[in-house]
Amino acid sequence: MTRYLLRGATLPDGSPADIVIDEGRIVSTAPGAASDGPGTIVIDAGGLVALPGLVDLHTHLREPGFEQSETVLTGTRAAAAGGFTSVFAMANTLPVSDTAGVVEQVQSLGDAAGYATVRPIGAVTVGLAGERLSEIGAMAQSRAAVRVFSDDGKCVHDSLLMRRALEYVKTFDGVIAQHAQDPRLTENAQMNEGALSSELGLKGWPAVAEESIIARDVLLAEHVGARLHVCHLSTAGSVDVIRWAKARGIAVTAEATPHHLLLTEDLVRSYDARYKVNPPLRRDDDVQALREGVADGTIDIVATDHAPHPRESKESEWDAAAFGMVGLESALPVVQTALVDTGLIGWQDVARVLSTAPARIGRLTGHTHSFEDGAPANLTLVDPSDRSVFTLDRLHGKSVNTPYEGLELAGNVRWTFHHGFPTLRDGVLAPADEVAASAASIAQHRIGAQSHG
Amino acid sequence: MRHLLSTKDLTRDEAVRILDIAEDMADVSTREVKKLPALRGKTVVNLFFEDSTRTRISFEAAAKRLSADVINFSAKGSSVSKGESLKDTAQTLAAMGADGVVIRHHASGAPQVLAQSGWIDAAIVNAGDGTHEHPTQALLDAFTMRRRLFPGESRGRGLDGVSVVIVGDILHSRVARSNLWLLRTLGATVTFVAPATLVPLGADTWPADISFDLDATLALTQPDVVMMLRIQSERMNAAYFPTAREYARQWGLDDERLGRLRPDSIVMHPGPMNRGLEISAGAADSAQSTVLEQVANGVSIRMAVLYLLLSGEREALA
Repeated sequence: MTRYLLRGATLPDGSPADIVIDEGRIVSTAPGAASDGPGTIVIDAGGLVALPGLVDLHTHLREPGFEQSETVLTGTRAAAAGGFTSVFAMANTLPVSDTAGVVEQVQSLGDAAGYATVRPIGAVTVGLAGERLSEIGAMAQSRAAVRVFSDDGKCVHDSLLMRRALEYVKTFDGVIAQHAQDPRLTENAQMNEGALSSELGLKGWPAVAEESIIARDVLLAEHVGARLHVCHLSTAGSVDVIRWAKARGIAVTAEATPHHLLLTEDLVRSYDARYKVNPPLRRDDDVQALREGVADGTIDIVATDHAPHPRESKESEWDAAAFGMVGLESALPVVQTALVDTGLIGWQDVARVLSTAPARIGRLTGHTHSFEDGAPANLTLVDPSDRSVFTLDRLHGKSVNTPYEGLELAGNVRWTFHHGFPTLRDGVLAPADEVAASAASIAQHRIGAQSHG
Repeated sequence: MRHLLSTKDLTRDEAVRILDIAEDMADVSTREVKKLPALRGKTVVNLFFEDSTRTRISFEAAAKRLSADVINFSAKGSSVSKGESLKDTAQTLAAMGADGVVIRHHASGAPQVLAQSGWIDAAIVNAGDGTHEHPTQALLDAFTMRRRLFPGESRGRGLDGVSVVIVGDILHSRVARSNLWLLRTLGATVTFVAPATLVPLGADTWPADISFDLDATLALTQPDVVMMLRIQSERMNAAYFPTAREYARQWGLDDERLGRLRPDSIVMHPGPMNRGLEISAGAADSAQSTVLEQVANGVSIRMAVLYLLLSGEREALA
């Protein structure tokens, strides 16, 4: 394998580093590394911040079943372009990822594509129907070794079923990632409920429908002593509930999406369905509370909820349009814009909320946490000085439903290394055949290493 | 004015202009030949995704009195019910050369989506979208108030100082919303009266007084106008109120409440009425009722709107 020297990078803690990558691992980061022979490719990383490869705990790759929106290959290409080296693929596929067979299929598609480590999420309930538990044990013990279980898109709203799920996944060191949405309070809901929804005549999605489920779930998690992860917090009240739960010592983690950290419901005035997302965009007060929640650690991670949809699902009247936004390529720029450039967090926090914390919650193995020598070379280089208007040509998945087109965002991902292989090269994605070949040789290498020892 | 999507973005001058042109159109309707050549050669499509015979025939009469060609496109039983998108429908109408599209849609914002989409270049008239707006209804209501309250001297003026009480299902009513914005622009004051379940969340930030008590409001404000909104019986099933009888007792305009109104107060209803629920037969048929005038004035208002959007004067108001 090729040896790389990333010269003049800055680590998250601000220290300078010359990062040497060899045989898929970080060999050293001490400044002053010599270029060391003709086989080494030297990359000028001056002015670039090196982050551990980003980990998205909340991605919709849509395969199997919705390949018109995204596939594992196209979704992981988008991930690599956004600086991600691992993505957790949500279970709302068709068939639903509720059996060992489906999660192993998703896992192997990811392994073959090679752009990022794909970790399937298993459904909590059969068919996401919220009625009986799916075969959680079989998925946990499958080759996909699932650790995160979620009915995302739907809430596990039955209290008894949620209690059982929280208890049962303890057996496998798993975690339930809850989509907190009271279904009765949000029937046909279209946007944040408030004065604006009333004016626009769009059915309201009240904050209480999220907060009441989170409050119930943290109490259930406390009662049964289980881990709980709460997906996409969107309201100030949800931040308060999580803060209270953590102060009580409950094992809860929480996530916020980039769009809920930047955008507000005012965009819905246009009735432009690009802004239709679930949970909905909220008020500015909510955005500020979420930012503070990330800054003070109440919110553990930022996850994209990357939700690709074909054009026809957004080119329609608001009520008929699909919920969701793509987010892998824009995540880091939005985090820099909303949190770093506003002085709320630093790059070490970025590394935590976009990489090490989601890796820990998802029990991700083979991840790089702190550029320690010998760690797998999963890392990304970002140019924090870039200020550019976000354009559709920055998207590399199948769908273009981004809310950021035309917005100026800070920061731009230049390089991504996945197990030592550059999937993104100075802003250009590596060709799919090269990435797949590299992934195959790494897999071969691993099998070889295992048989030798 | 390129489209008419809402009353919220109408200026006072624009609104008064529409009302004044409607006066001219009303004069035409009293002639023996009720027809003007203004829109000869123009095509107006009535694109109705929701059944509303009353509104559709009102627009149809308005367009025909202006000599436009009218195409009625009802979504029910058409390609739309077989899954055709709004975009494809719009592009089809554009290809057929529609100059104006009058759209009634169950989804709030659909007319605005059509107007800003680039799928079709025609002038868009919102004939009621979801629970958002119904601007021509509000314009015809204002026109009716102006004519009743200022007989013979209605032209050129707004509704300054007029007090209007709107009673009923404010939450789901596009008529209430469009009336609020237009009435405020024209200088009137508005009170919404409804059970708390039918008051929109956040309406306390709107420029209207909110009341739960119809009797107290009528006693206190002695309003110039009482507008009753239609109550849909399916609301009962969604727990907005317990029974029709309870609703009628608390918020219906019955004969007894009618008797307590000032003799010169007017009683309005956008129709169709539920006699005996939100309004008694006595109130609906009283001399104070403007229900049939509203229907007649609807044609005049819609003539004025189509004339402004589609005739040569289209840009003059821009």
